[in-house]
Amino acid sequence: MVGIARATTPADRVFDVCNTLLLLVLAFLTLYPLYYVGIVSLSHGHAVIRGEVTWWPVGINLESYRAVLEAPYVLGSFRNTVWYTFVGTAVNVSMSALCAYPLAMKFFYGRRFLTGFVVATMFFKSGLIPLYLMVRSLGMLDTIWALVLPTAVVTYYMIIMRTFFQNIPEELNDSAYLDGANDIQIFLRVVLPISTPILATMTLFYAVQHWNSFFPALIYLSDRERFPIQLILRAMVIEGDVANMQVEFQDDERIVDTTVKYAIIMVSTVPILLLYPFLQRYFVKGMMIGSLKG
Amino acid sequence: MADSLTRAGSVRSSSSGSIRRKLHRSRYLYAMFAAPFLFYVLFEYAPMYGVLIAFKEIKVFRGLGAILSAPGIGFKHFEQYLTDPYFWTLVRNTVLIQVLGLAIGFPAPIVLAMMLNEVRAVAFKRAIQSITYMPHFISLVVICGMIVNFVSTDGVVNNFLAFLGFQRTAFLVRPGWFRPIYIASDIWQHVGWGSIIYLAALTNVDPQLYEAASLDGAGRWRQLRHVTWPGILPTVVILFILALGRIMEVGYQKIILLYTGATYETADVIATYVYRRGLIESDFSYATAVGLFTSVIGIAFVISANRISRSLGETSLW
Repeated sequence: MVGIARATTPADRVFDVCNTLLLLVLAFLTLYPLYYVGIVSLSHGHAVIRGEVTWWPVGINLESYRAVLEAPYVLGSFRNTVWYTFVGTAVNVSMSALCAYPLAMKFFYGRRFLTGFVVATMFFKSGLIPLYLMVRSLGMLDTIWALVLPTAVVTYYMIIMRTFFQNIPEELNDSAYLDGANDIQIFLRVVLPISTPILATMTLFYAVQHWNSFFPALIYLSDRERFPIQLILRAMVIEGDVANMQVEFQDDERIVDTTVKYAIIMVSTVPILLLYPFLQRYFVKGMMIGSLKG
Repeated sequence: MADSLTRAGSVRSSSSGSIRRKLHRSRYLYAMFAAPFLFYVLFEYAPMYGVLIAFKEIKVFRGLGAILSAPGIGFKHFEQYLTDPYFWTLVRNTVLIQVLGLAIGFPAPIVLAMMLNEVRAVAFKRAIQSITYMPHFISLVVICGMIVNFVSTDGVVNNFLAFLGFQRTAFLVRPGWFRPIYIASDIWQHVGWGSIIYLAALTNVDPQLYEAASLDGAGRWRQLRHVTWPGILPTVVILFILALGRIMEVGYQKIILLYTGATYETADVIATYVYRRGLIESDFSYATAVGLFTSVIGIAFVISANRISRSLGETSLW
């Protein structure tokens, strides 16, 4: 739109061509690694070892996926991750809303103090060890609660939510109040139904975070049966511990370490990539709401 | 109706009535706030109190109560840390990885945003945006897994180098390669996402400025320098200051995934040391002391950064 009235000189055309080419190179550099992982996971092990797989899969087969999905911990960890993400996100969204709504109400007595109480935690952090000891003394080690409760509210996201609630016209609230509704009823029946955009954004924010997180699980969980997929992924793909994960190669030449590793990367990432079109739209929106008032 | 609404406003405003009445009016909101409040007490404030462990000698953890009764040893851990030669290695690694990361990683999204802003074909622009935002959503473990396997001696990077006639290199055990790999992969993952905020700033640039510049005979380069750049400069300044404030916040989770004993020399940062010392070796008191020392410096950075950005009259964090 901006360029409509711009004159086009030969120098400008050179500029445009260079710009377009550079962006194409960038797009290639972004996509190729992911594409490469995909084609290797589908290729014949021998072709991969001989370095023949560059642009398309060679000797297409799904054996690596079979091996990955049959390995004892993989499906279980996938289920764990789904469960942790579901419970964690539910806790996150409801706790954030419960925190954000009172702080958004002008008549909330103690609002300034409590806002300070909450925001101060963005700057003053206790650090890794004291938090670990706290979780441990609450008896949460090796339970889902260690993954869910210590991050129940992400203050930055909560503030984005508060900003949204603040922008809801007060009249709406007031008329429900005059009709005899109390604040909890107003919140549930008036505010939440018109807050679906922010609730959707928050759900996606938190869900992606849970799906991708590995560090809390690394420090709080020791039972392999409870590991989320990211930890199994770390053991197999980064520490190269494919054999220990009891992957059955069954002397099938089509499967090698690399194809198995790339197959499990695909298994853990495809759900996110399927959600991606929705993620992108809502995340960008969320970023904008957040950057209006920090 | 209008009259009753104004009354409702005054009924619920906090400026009138006794404290008891104000508390009473907010009672349902307190009920809502109770659970989040408990969260902040348990997982933010109580652990802050647990920082006391840094001033005690606790090797075997027997519950939070035991922290209180353990005898204090003052600043012994801090002295030990500050006089340890390894302290300087940790500080150097932390500062270098962040400063180099900022020097290269900070301009990258700005350049991308300016390039995208020059694209006239809307569909092409959208496509490039969608593609470059995507890696932001991929998990750290997957990113690091790809790095580890791509740069391994039989990985795709070495295959390519061998094809060009170079020697194969085990990049991840070479200390000299750690920072480049860390920083480059960070840019790869976040450059697109980081450009969003600059693109938003650029939508506020008045299109007439471009037209005027164009009529005055300014080519694309000069428009870029004299219209686009001034348009995002305020955003650039603020984000740079805020990034400086976060300089002590290293991406230690990524380092934990990528480093090995062979690369500690360049890769081990304060936060990873705290993790190893505290959670692997269970030296809780000492690790907490190291962490506390870093947080204090970090807070100083954040507060000064915020002061500066506020004095410039733009956004601040609080």
